[in-house]
Amino acid sequence: MTESINNAPGAAAAGDGVWELRLYVAGHTARSVAALANLKKLCEEHLAGKYRIEVIDLLVNPQLAADDQIVAIPTLVRTLPEPLRKIIGDLSDTERVLVGLQLRPRTK
Amino acid sequence: MIAVETNRDHTPAGLPKCPTGIQGLDEVTGGGLPRGRPTLVCGGPGCGKTLLAVEFLVRGATRYDEPGVIMAFEETAAELAANVRSLGFDLDELVARKKLALDYVYVEKSEIDETGEYDLEGLFVRLGHAIDTLGAKRVVLDTLEVLFSGLENMAVLRAEMRRLFRWLKSKGVTVIITGERDGGTLTRHGLEEYVSDCVIVLDHRVDQQVSTRRMRVVKYRGSAHDTNEFPFLIHDTGLSVVPITSAGMDHPASTERVPTGVPALDGMLGGKGYMRGTSILISGTAGTGKTSLAGYFAAAAAARGERCLYFSFEEAEGQLVRNLRSIGLDLQHGIDAGLLRVHSTRPTRYGLEMHLATMHKLVSDFDPRVVVIDPISNFIATGTTSEAGAMLVRLVDFLKTRGVTSLFTNLMHSGSTVETDIGISSIIDTWLMLRDTESGGERGGVLSVLKSRGMAHSREVRPFRLTDHGVEMGGATTKGGGT
Repeated sequence: MTESINNAPGAAAAGDGVWELRLYVAGHTARSVAALANLKKLCEEHLAGKYRIEVIDLLVNPQLAADDQIVAIPTLVRTLPEPLRKIIGDLSDTERVLVGLQLRPRTK
Repeated sequence: MIAVETNRDHTPAGLPKCPTGIQGLDEVTGGGLPRGRPTLVCGGPGCGKTLLAVEFLVRGATRYDEPGVIMAFEETAAELAANVRSLGFDLDELVARKKLALDYVYVEKSEIDETGEYDLEGLFVRLGHAIDTLGAKRVVLDTLEVLFSGLENMAVLRAEMRRLFRWLKSKGVTVIITGERDGGTLTRHGLEEYVSDCVIVLDHRVDQQVSTRRMRVVKYRGSAHDTNEFPFLIHDTGLSVVPITSAGMDHPASTERVPTGVPALDGMLGGKGYMRGTSILISGTAGTGKTSLAGYFAAAAAARGERCLYFSFEEAEGQLVRNLRSIGLDLQHGIDAGLLRVHSTRPTRYGLEMHLATMHKLVSDFDPRVVVIDPISNFIATGTTSEAGAMLVRLVDFLKTRGVTSLFTNLMHSGSTVETDIGISSIIDTWLMLRDTESGGERGGVLSVLKSRGMAHSREVRPFRLTDHGVEMGGATTKGGGT
């Protein structure tokens, strides 16, 4: 399950407001499929035209688990814009994903 | 140790063990940790659990050709390597040789949002990848409980812990999990619930500004183990546990004799001197010649070509050599020949257990035939009288088991009774008494043998004098007065 979605055709270089998202999964599980579906839907609604999603399967590239400090699966990592953010879970709680991605202010 | 041998015999044949390579620990556990299973090592902050775990991996990699993986949750790989460098462990070199993998797991709650269901498969993948790459046989998780403060979903964590330990068993690796002790419970988040095979508790106490480290095997499923507390040391080559119990009454009984170094004293002891492998106590008030008699015995041992370890708790090596030279006794010769080793420390520097541990290590390393402890009275300063007595019983048992002839000096205060201050006469085989006397306006000394097990000895009280050419002993005196 390795997949790359480029939804920012015009924005080639960084700094153009492109969102770089990585979804770490381990094999093709129901939870990882759900996480990817939830992520795509959310990006289309909030980041249309300016996001890239890379799905990284740790069963294929296990060394990346240590390299990228992954503990939980699934983990969504926002590498751009900075700072780096980590969101774990199947992304079913849309409100918390938006907060985690800093698309919504955190309510105390 | 005899007691430990017995434990080993009781171990069911079906339970394979994984030697830790840590001095003393394998004796206490009857061969090591349960192979292919997890062991929990817990204790308070600074108790030495990480060092124990790291040494387990280092020894595995260097001595048993068993590569290891450490997953560190609290310290980065660089910090960990720096912390154990003082013990002589070069982790970077082991990593370069593919004998060790270090993985620092960073989990910070403030940087993670939880948005639905997850598991810890990422952790499994990391660990599995490291184990498979190295062909690792040993794994350390230090300290797994950090996950509990980094993640919110306790139900997931608990389920994943259970899965992790099952999975580790299926991998066939021997695992140490460290845990922080918290109040009454062994670990803060109840890790002991998942690790049911072996639990070791470490303890670091500071009593009257003296620090003591102790270790206890609380649980070892399917194996007899010693439940006593054992002192352990952290020194420049790693940990060493002192596998001493006071149960050792099985020492070899020799009939060989060893000269005291003073012919006239040999004469009082059936003409031949002390009995090999026994314990000797020389009591006396200040300045009566206890150290001199100890020195003669040590020098005589070296002159026979036997190794002698001299623990000096009042004088530094140079001072001891100089002072004994003033009575015509040369210790330097034995020191230069490598046969006599003087070890000087202040008794108050460590607790009793630490002294015992240090002595145990030095005796094990140097393997002497003769050990002198000068004086034992100072140990009272570091503990209660009963503690000092218990320690000496353990020390005497340990030395006797090795067939070492041990000589202790004991400073008595003038006016005190014949009973020693520490009350250890029952474990002493030969007891000499030095006393100050005053007669005709002159101070002098007398020497007598209070007891000497297993031999006919003199009942005389003999005048005893130190001169610049050695000990002078007169004929039997009936004076003995002034006492």
